[in-house]
Amino acid sequence: MNFDFTPFILSFKLAFIVTLFLLIIGIPYAWYLSVTKSKIKPFLEALTALPIVLPPSVLGFYLLVFLAPDSFIGKIANDLFNIKLVFSFPGLVVASMIYSFPFMIQPIQSGFESINKNIIEASYLGGKGKFITLFKVILPNIKPSLLTAIIITFAHTVGEFGVVLMVGGSIPGKTEVASVAIYDYVENLEYHKAHIYSAILLVISFLVLFSVYYINYKQKRKYDFY
Amino acid sequence: MIFIDIKKPLKGVKENMLLEAKLNLKKGSFLALFGASGSGKTTLLRIIAGLEKADGKIIVDNEKWLDKKKFLPPQRREIGFMFQDFALFPNMNIMENLLYINNDKNLAEKLLGLSGLNALKNRIPHSLSGGQKQRVALCRALMRKPKLLLLDEPFSALDTKMRENLQNEIMMFHNEFDLTTIMVSHSPEEIYKLADIMVELKNGKIIKKGSPKELLLKTSGSEKFSLRGKIIDIIKADVINIALVSIGSHIVEVVISKEEAKKLKKGLSVVLSTKAFHPNIKVLNEDTFS
Repeated sequence: MNFDFTPFILSFKLAFIVTLFLLIIGIPYAWYLSVTKSKIKPFLEALTALPIVLPPSVLGFYLLVFLAPDSFIGKIANDLFNIKLVFSFPGLVVASMIYSFPFMIQPIQSGFESINKNIIEASYLGGKGKFITLFKVILPNIKPSLLTAIIITFAHTVGEFGVVLMVGGSIPGKTEVASVAIYDYVENLEYHKAHIYSAILLVISFLVLFSVYYINYKQKRKYDFY
Repeated sequence: MIFIDIKKPLKGVKENMLLEAKLNLKKGSFLALFGASGSGKTTLLRIIAGLEKADGKIIVDNEKWLDKKKFLPPQRREIGFMFQDFALFPNMNIMENLLYINNDKNLAEKLLGLSGLNALKNRIPHSLSGGQKQRVALCRALMRKPKLLLLDEPFSALDTKMRENLQNEIMMFHNEFDLTTIMVSHSPEEIYKLADIMVELKNGKIIKKGSPKELLLKTSGSEKFSLRGKIIDIIKADVINIALVSIGSHIVEVVISKEEAKKLKKGLSVVLSTKAFHPNIKVLNEDTFS
């Protein structure tokens, strides 16, 4: 039996890109949420958490509607960047970013909220601006939160099914990620392949989660985060 | 010369109040801000540091830090600030904590040497004792070669012995670096020992200003000595009544009359004094003070 790794490569490529983009957006957004006293904060927090509670089919349906070639966003993407956002890999990236958004934001936000505000002020009083303070003082001191956010986002993106099926379809080599491939095998009664794919995903998922908890356990013992 | 004249509305625990302070400070002086918690003393310190905004003026050596049009951010005020909880950067070792503020290795070595902390320079803050952390925080505050050193209740997290060590160290740095120092404190002992001028705040207003000697040593009548304390209990033992009064970290028993026992209640603040007898003074085991 020749074994096809393409769905796994696709899954990890998708997860890597989504995690990277979300990290870049997530740090300033989570920072804003952690410091704002504005009345729209609960609104933004609810919006952020929405993908956790919404059925993937609902999210997938709306994404299909809003990303379709004849929709406003779909048109802009097509006209400006020549990108199709449904049944394509870029479409999967956009959909996964929305689906995994809370998993990146929430740990970083709680990290920012738990940091001792005096060390930030100590940095300002030492003559350092906001940018240097963020990179030299704030981010290094919320390392466990950052790590949790990165790994959970990555794992969650690898593990998603409903949204990628609806927005991506199941085009082999393009949008057929590992979780969707398993579904296809089961539908075609190819249980042997479904077994192997499932076992691989199970082991990887466990290792990923274990590494998060283990690293956090070691970090907490090394530093006292006040 | 430091001139401060600021106003800021504050949300108090019970009611809102207006913090209003006008101060003139000579270069090289050591000012203590005294008052109960919630009196606005820490806020005043934070306004001077630029950590909070206020209306009014702050002028330091002819440089405007605050007026109607201008607000100099904390980054550009020549200040050393020491937090109550040390606020060392947990991700950096001691040397890195100092060099982050100012990459001047000679100055860092000198400060750590003066505090006797050289051996600890590669340790991370988490592995230090409270007293050591506070001394590192003091060294870090001096890395910017500040004009003004601001201390927010610097001794509250320390035990008696460490307190004295740090007090001596602050005095040493104050003199060695020609600093003007402002310290928030609610301990008359600290103030008497360190400050040459003090201000007492109550509900956001300055109610007393003067030298610690004048303000702290005042006794109201012809008492030989008087101590402020709080009644923590009144006990009836056989025919006599005893009041337990807590003074500083001590509790003393005072025999009181039946009439006094009726007037006095648990929780009252009292002054304990004597006229008739000369109080005895006896040196304790010497190493307690070394």
